[in-house]
Amino acid sequence: MTAPLINVPAHAKRGEVIAIKTLISHQMETGFRYSATGTLLPRNIITEFVCTYNGDEIFRARFYPAVAANPFLTFYTVATASGTIAFTWTGDNGFFETATANIVVE
Amino acid sequence: MSKDEHNPTRRKILLGAGCMAGALGAPTLLAVRHAQATPATMAAAIRQVVGEATVKPGKIKLDLPPLVENGNTVQFTVSVESPMTPTDHVKAIHVFNEKNPQPNVISVHLGPRAGRADFTSRMRLADSEKVVAIAELNDGSFWADTVEVVVTIAACVEDGIP
Repeated sequence: MTAPLINVPAHAKRGEVIAIKTLISHQMETGFRYSATGTLLPRNIITEFVCTYNGDEIFRARFYPAVAANPFLTFYTVATASGTIAFTWTGDNGFFETATANIVVE
Repeated sequence: MSKDEHNPTRRKILLGAGCMAGALGAPTLLAVRHAQATPATMAAAIRQVVGEATVKPGKIKLDLPPLVENGNTVQFTVSVESPMTPTDHVKAIHVFNEKNPQPNVISVHLGPRAGRADFTSRMRLADSEKVVAIAELNDGSFWADTVEVVVTIAACVEDGIP
């Protein structure tokens, strides 16, 4: 499992709106496809993504099978204080992945 | 009409079941097909999110290419005009489609700390269809934008790994 790719600016001015980009490697098997032998491939997707900023939730996403493989998200937040931005992905079959990024706010 | 359509192999039927049955327009395939989202199921899914509220056009913009070459990965951006203050902000954005096996695509929840009500992701599209984005504001109002896309290579026509 390769680590998720996170793009968070290392420095920001207080009150600045910053873009956060995340990309995680996951096949996002829809549960609607068949294998070459005709068996239905069971659903295996990431169902939820949560982003917290110093412990406070700032963004949450619920994924459905229509989200493309290797889910990619860009969203925004206001740089309020220096600290840690944490990301978690949870999904089918006990899938769980986390990542963190640090930001310095002046 | 290709020759294959008149002599469907088992594999063809299964594929059709996955997401092409409606597109092929072959009624004989419908008996074995999977549930496929239709304009009605999309409307039902939207109703589940908005409840009794009326959905108005405006404020929200769904940015999606009008012509998509590959339905497996379609990048889209949803942005909502909102000051994103504690008293006036976007609570959630939902994206729906008409013809994938399920009507829901993604639901995101945000708040005044977002600064901008805007996000980008990638979706799958099984056919040329309508995509709808709906924004839920903190005052309880709902705003929608609809985009019609033409897809040349649909998602889920290829087989998975055995």
